[in-house]
Amino acid sequence: MANKISDIAVPVSLPFTLSLVGLIVAAISFVAGRSAGLGYNEVFITVLVGAVLAVGFAYALVSLFDTHRPAMIVSALLGALIGLSLGSLGGAVFGVIFGIIAAFMVFWVHYRQYRSGLPTYLSSNQVLWHYGFRVICGAIFVFLITPILVVIPLSFNAQDFFTFTPEMLRFDPAGYSLKHYQDFFTNNEWQRSFKNSLIIAPIATVISVSLGTLAAIGLSQSHVPARRAIMAILISPMIVPLIISATGMFFFYSDIGRFLEGTLGWNKNFVGYFKVVLAHSVLGIPFVIITVTATLVGFDRSLTRAAANMGAGPVTTFFKVQMPLILPGVISGGLFAFITSFDEVVVVLFIGSAGQKTLPWQMFTGLREQISPTILAVATILVAISIVLLTVVELLRRRSERLRGLSPG
Amino acid sequence: MSFTKTLLVSTAVAAMAVGPAFADGHMANELTIVSWGGAYSKSQKLAYHDPYAANTGITIINDDSSAEAVAKLRAMNEANNVTWDVVDAEAADAIRLCDEGLAMEIDPDTMLAAAPDGTSARDDFGALLVSECFIPQIVYSTTFGYRTDLVGDTPPSKICDVFDLEAYPGKRSLEKRPINNMEWALLCDGVAKDAVYDVLATPEGQDQALAKLGTIKDSVIWWSAGADTPQLLADGEVIMGSTYNGRLFSLIVEQNQPVAMMWDAQVFSLDGWIIPTGLSPERQARALDYIMFATDTQRLADQSKYISYGPARASSAPLVGKHAELGIDMAPHMPTDPNNAKNTFLYNLEFWADYRDDIDAKFQAWLAK
Repeated sequence: MANKISDIAVPVSLPFTLSLVGLIVAAISFVAGRSAGLGYNEVFITVLVGAVLAVGFAYALVSLFDTHRPAMIVSALLGALIGLSLGSLGGAVFGVIFGIIAAFMVFWVHYRQYRSGLPTYLSSNQVLWHYGFRVICGAIFVFLITPILVVIPLSFNAQDFFTFTPEMLRFDPAGYSLKHYQDFFTNNEWQRSFKNSLIIAPIATVISVSLGTLAAIGLSQSHVPARRAIMAILISPMIVPLIISATGMFFFYSDIGRFLEGTLGWNKNFVGYFKVVLAHSVLGIPFVIITVTATLVGFDRSLTRAAANMGAGPVTTFFKVQMPLILPGVISGGLFAFITSFDEVVVVLFIGSAGQKTLPWQMFTGLREQISPTILAVATILVAISIVLLTVVELLRRRSERLRGLSPG
Repeated sequence: MSFTKTLLVSTAVAAMAVGPAFADGHMANELTIVSWGGAYSKSQKLAYHDPYAANTGITIINDDSSAEAVAKLRAMNEANNVTWDVVDAEAADAIRLCDEGLAMEIDPDTMLAAAPDGTSARDDFGALLVSECFIPQIVYSTTFGYRTDLVGDTPPSKICDVFDLEAYPGKRSLEKRPINNMEWALLCDGVAKDAVYDVLATPEGQDQALAKLGTIKDSVIWWSAGADTPQLLADGEVIMGSTYNGRLFSLIVEQNQPVAMMWDAQVFSLDGWIIPTGLSPERQARALDYIMFATDTQRLADQSKYISYGPARASSAPLVGKHAELGIDMAPHMPTDPNNAKNTFLYNLEFWADYRDDIDAKFQAWLAK
């Protein structure tokens, strides 16, 4: 271990540290200045002042302290003071966090901590790429996740707008409220659409799973003719743009609905649900087929032959032998089908009548006609549900891999 | 075995979930009413739907689809599957639907209630009966709201202040369509109020209006839903913006935002009901019964307790009272109040019926430039 550079703790040259700090702060000030709407001249001054201040600060830190811990404490205190003087509690919290990170970074760079944990033979460029790669990955992650995370604090807004109010930024309890959640749980329109989603999605899922699993098993038999063509057709709802499927379905299901209501005399509401459930099942089937087909790849066909050999009929074989083994694939397909139906807005807008208004539909009209944070409260609840469902899928996938012996442990 | 059980249980659950829907969803007791959503639908629910449901036992289902009423009604008609019973539409949309035969004609004398003093519905609505298929409900106006804390010491008071970037620098929000914007642009480009539509009928006049709008184009955020401007104003993202006066009322009075109204050159327009054609006789009878109730003198006056739109009947005006929750007088917040209506514009239905498609195309092309 002693041969690691980190243990030697020799500082790199001071100019390197200072110029790096200056560059980074200049870049940050440039972005901050432009986003604050300053002109190029003002931004230039901001960048200059920021860089000089930062270089001075970094110089003071590395010359006053030998290790990063005391420097981080001092820097955090300084950040807290500046934050307090500019904003309030919220500003201080940001100041502390920023101060700690800044001091840590200065020492990290100055004492070559960035080399620790890396093979000693890497060139400077390879080290740069090592961190550059992580920064890119981090940026992708941030861009994927931030839009979802922003919604969560906004849903606790005490005002009726999508706005971070000054009270919220001060962490003032008066700026937060659960009233949008209350609205969701007490408002008839929201409750009715939530109930509709809870009726439609599970039934559509059961249909998708049954048909999709059967289709996947059938298509995995080598003697089925035109397997690829059939597969392509079954998966097409996933590939064809939704708006096109929806337009076609509108006219198709209108005729079916008229027949069921007019000729067979079915109840109008029931026909409405029937149409939406069928349409959502069609959208869910591709997900089931794909996951089950993937699971079937690892399924040993000799097991079914062995079962047949011992006198079990095809149905018994399916439920007793094949189904338990491919169950994880079936369940994850089912969850995808469920989420598809639960999140779907385009098709239900076309096919459903107001009696079948689902949650996404209600959110869609709510967003257009009345920008109410109740939508954000619902979104937060849905995000939570989705996370739970996807966690279940992941756990099942791991279990399936373990059972198939693909991964150790 | 466990899978068979799961399947059985889920089927049972499914059957239970659908069962009640099958059993209690008597079609004969439902009315699907299409409207705009938000505070507006809420005012209709409180003033019309709730009392009507209490009187008749009919379940009213709201569908907030008025924004795409014309397109959806066309599609439903084509598919021969009209699921709406009563539709709230702008007067301009109602005229289009009527021309296309998608809305049924209403005879005010037999199908609408007379005023309490015996005045016939036809006289009570008067000039607001702009189409044979249209039952007017409210007079609303499209006007401006501004952030009191972002416009400096002299708040905007004239429509031309919207075009004055020097006195009022900052973003403003305008509706993403030519209607109203073109008129305002011409007014502020030296065209006399009486001559606006004559000028706008010529290609040069249209170019003149677009050129005037072009002077502020870089500072405009274009909105398409009535809720956009209130959100933008609350955010401080715009310093002023146009929207429906009821939205601004709720922003200012109910949400206590630092916003004030600028009523100058507000554009009056009408909103009301239509009944789609192609309904079965019993559905049509139910829709007519609802309309008879919901457009009587008292009901129209009741609606103004919840939102600051003026009732369309002359006989309802004296009955306009106080806000149902806040207890403030509603009359000063009505677009028709004399203090607010010093300089108004009436949405020119005929002009826009004739020129809408052409000017729309020109406007959208200009926007994309």
